[in-house]
Amino acid sequence: MLAFIVRRLTALAATLLVAALVIFMVMEVLPGDPAEVMLGLNAQPDTLAALRAQLGLDRPAPERFIVWVLAFLSGDLGISYTYDVPVAELIGERMGVTLPLALMAILLSTLIALPSGVLSAMYRGRPADTVIMGIAQLGVAVPNFWFAILLILLFAVSLGWTSAGGFPGYDDGILPALGSLLLPAIALALPQAAILARVTRSAVIDVLGEDYIRTARAKGLSGRTVLWRHAVRNALAAPLTIMGLQFSFLLAGTVIIENVFYLPGLGRLIFQAIAQRDLIVVKDIVVLLVGMVITVNFIVDMLYAWADPRLRHGDSNV
Amino acid sequence: MKTKLFAAAFLAAGLGMSGQACAKDSLTLGIGLEPPHLDPTAGAAAAIDEVVYQNVFEGLTRIGPDGAVLPGLAQEWTISDDGLTYSFKLRDGVNFHDGTAFDSADALFSLNRAMAEDSTNAQKGLFEPIATVEAPDAATVTITLKRPTGHFLFNLGWGDVVMVAPESADTNKTAPVGTGPFTFDRWSKGSEIRLTRNDTYWGDAAKLAKVSFKIMPDAASSAAALMSGDIDVFPNFGAPELLEQFRADPRFEVVVGTTEGETILSMNNANKALSDIRVRRAIAHAIDRQAIIDGAMFGSGTPIGSHFAPHHPAYVDLTGMYPHDQAKAKALLAEAGYASGLKLRLTLPPPSYARRGGEVIAAQLAAVGIETEIIPVEWAQWLKQVFKSTDYDLTIVSHTEPFDIGIYARDSYYFNYKSERFNKVYAELTEAVDPAQRKALIGDAQRILAEDSVNGFLFELAQNGVWKNGIKGLWANRPIQANDLTGAYWE
Repeated sequence: MLAFIVRRLTALAATLLVAALVIFMVMEVLPGDPAEVMLGLNAQPDTLAALRAQLGLDRPAPERFIVWVLAFLSGDLGISYTYDVPVAELIGERMGVTLPLALMAILLSTLIALPSGVLSAMYRGRPADTVIMGIAQLGVAVPNFWFAILLILLFAVSLGWTSAGGFPGYDDGILPALGSLLLPAIALALPQAAILARVTRSAVIDVLGEDYIRTARAKGLSGRTVLWRHAVRNALAAPLTIMGLQFSFLLAGTVIIENVFYLPGLGRLIFQAIAQRDLIVVKDIVVLLVGMVITVNFIVDMLYAWADPRLRHGDSNV
Repeated sequence: MKTKLFAAAFLAAGLGMSGQACAKDSLTLGIGLEPPHLDPTAGAAAAIDEVVYQNVFEGLTRIGPDGAVLPGLAQEWTISDDGLTYSFKLRDGVNFHDGTAFDSADALFSLNRAMAEDSTNAQKGLFEPIATVEAPDAATVTITLKRPTGHFLFNLGWGDVVMVAPESADTNKTAPVGTGPFTFDRWSKGSEIRLTRNDTYWGDAAKLAKVSFKIMPDAASSAAALMSGDIDVFPNFGAPELLEQFRADPRFEVVVGTTEGETILSMNNANKALSDIRVRRAIAHAIDRQAIIDGAMFGSGTPIGSHFAPHHPAYVDLTGMYPHDQAKAKALLAEAGYASGLKLRLTLPPPSYARRGGEVIAAQLAAVGIETEIIPVEWAQWLKQVFKSTDYDLTIVSHTEPFDIGIYARDSYYFNYKSERFNKVYAELTEAVDPAQRKALIGDAQRILAEDSVNGFLFELAQNGVWKNGIKGLWANRPIQANDLTGAYWE
């Protein structure tokens, strides 16, 4: 198990370094100069030069890369070109929105998807299965930004239960803050839940066809025990994989939902930073996101190991 | 007793609420783009001025709702007969929000800072005519120019020329300190910017006690936020296709105003085909302005025939110079040697006027035999490829700076237009001070651009405001990029 973890951690560090280099080079070749974006159409050449010098953009690229990586390692994420505040502070603020949003969404989607997927598998081919899978099919097909607008129109405009979006911050307590993330979390969660439910259903159906399930039934276990103790646990690997992928997607992919609900999250920040060529912010966030995605994958691997002892013991036949 | 107390509490609560409803003194505005920071003297983003100009920061002069130059922190001025020396008398009793007094030393500091070698002022060109700035006493500022500059007082009213204090200039990006009727309260990045009334303002205090600018990048959710009451006003609503529902809704008023945004089909005059005036004129004949306004802007926008705002007193209507005429366009193209067709790139920046307008124009050009390759780009790419490197054939962009006809006199500007005739007229104009002479010269300048068909002049961008009923005193027009809330109040 220890060797497994060490191997994984080494891969994690190497991936991060490669990601840092790639993103740095991409931002280098991307047309567009931060100083030009900041100063606009009427900027004089000497003003542009002054700003470039101030931002350190007049230094050669390899020097800038090394300075950036060393500073990053020492915990200094630098100062945003456009906002003129420390990037760490910016990311911290935005994380306060995106992280709870992603967690709520993954929680909601799991709570909806796993039971309905198992239920569907249990009643395969019967009306309950048809209805659940019908809804899931719809959920996969409906784009989440459109679904989000429908939610806003219903709950904010027609019923007036919630505001149409925005984030009040944590100053007025944690409940109003989380409350404002509920609609966006639902908008994010349902399409994800639809995918997860389908995967869960087919995984459980596969397992239910295995020999050991027949054996379990034959030795007289009740249908429920067979399902939950034997079938579901063994079927978890596939939904877990999807959840790992979905969490990464949620962290980085909230751009659209954050725009629709005008939430000040990480997705909005990176979107804006790219448009404004706030290179330092883009680079920091991308490296951070890569780090988080790798970490989540790492956790999913650990969960596999829990769900499937063969992996834990390094069985090469797997 | 208990019931009485309850009743009293209820009554008090009820009164409190109705009192609030009568004299609502807070306003929530929606803005589409978040300002990168809040220092108007250190960035070109219009969003900065939209929040702080005239609300937090003020200049020596200010621009009124009709575009007129009004006294700002300078209450009056005299101009020497040769038009070179401006002497400003500053207002008494003006304080910055941090309590420090505003006097000529601050004005000197602000102007010198903007003109300095390491200045990062996006409109440094505004200061270029200035030779010297002096402060003979605490209440007087004297500016001497290198040459007469007709537009100088207007230029001093730009957001980029606002007065800042030496104590706070370095932190204005995140904690702006000005002299205006509102003080900066807080900025929840990505979400909202709050201002509160400055109770020690030198002039008439603002009627609104609290102002909040909410950042709403998505048009559909902005519409929902207006309808659910989350925001009161969207001064510049970006999606004209959604306006009809607000026109039909009795709770709102749709206020269509003018802007300084000349929206043009810019042509690279250095391109081989486009350097031929016949080709440029053919394009002008191929363009149907009204179809573009209707198709891309859902009817909002005023056709223009040159690079000049229709609401300006010196405007000359030149929209009839090249009537929409496909046969004429084809004939001109044939004459120029492109009878068998012409292929051009059409580079489009993100705004919807460009992307949607581009589709319409591409179809109109195709109808006369000009095939276009549409290349959508981001702003940063546009600035680099089109604006800086002039590696483009055609592009669509709105030039939103007020009175910016002078860009055609810059030889290296991205149109690559070079005209002795225009440069001469413009040089005379910059030095002319007599109003009648200025008006005549401005007319000449417009005519030359239209005759040379430098660009495809499309329309003046409209400002579509959605206002909740009862709000008064907002600006309908946009003579300068700002949301001046000094006079706003609820009825």
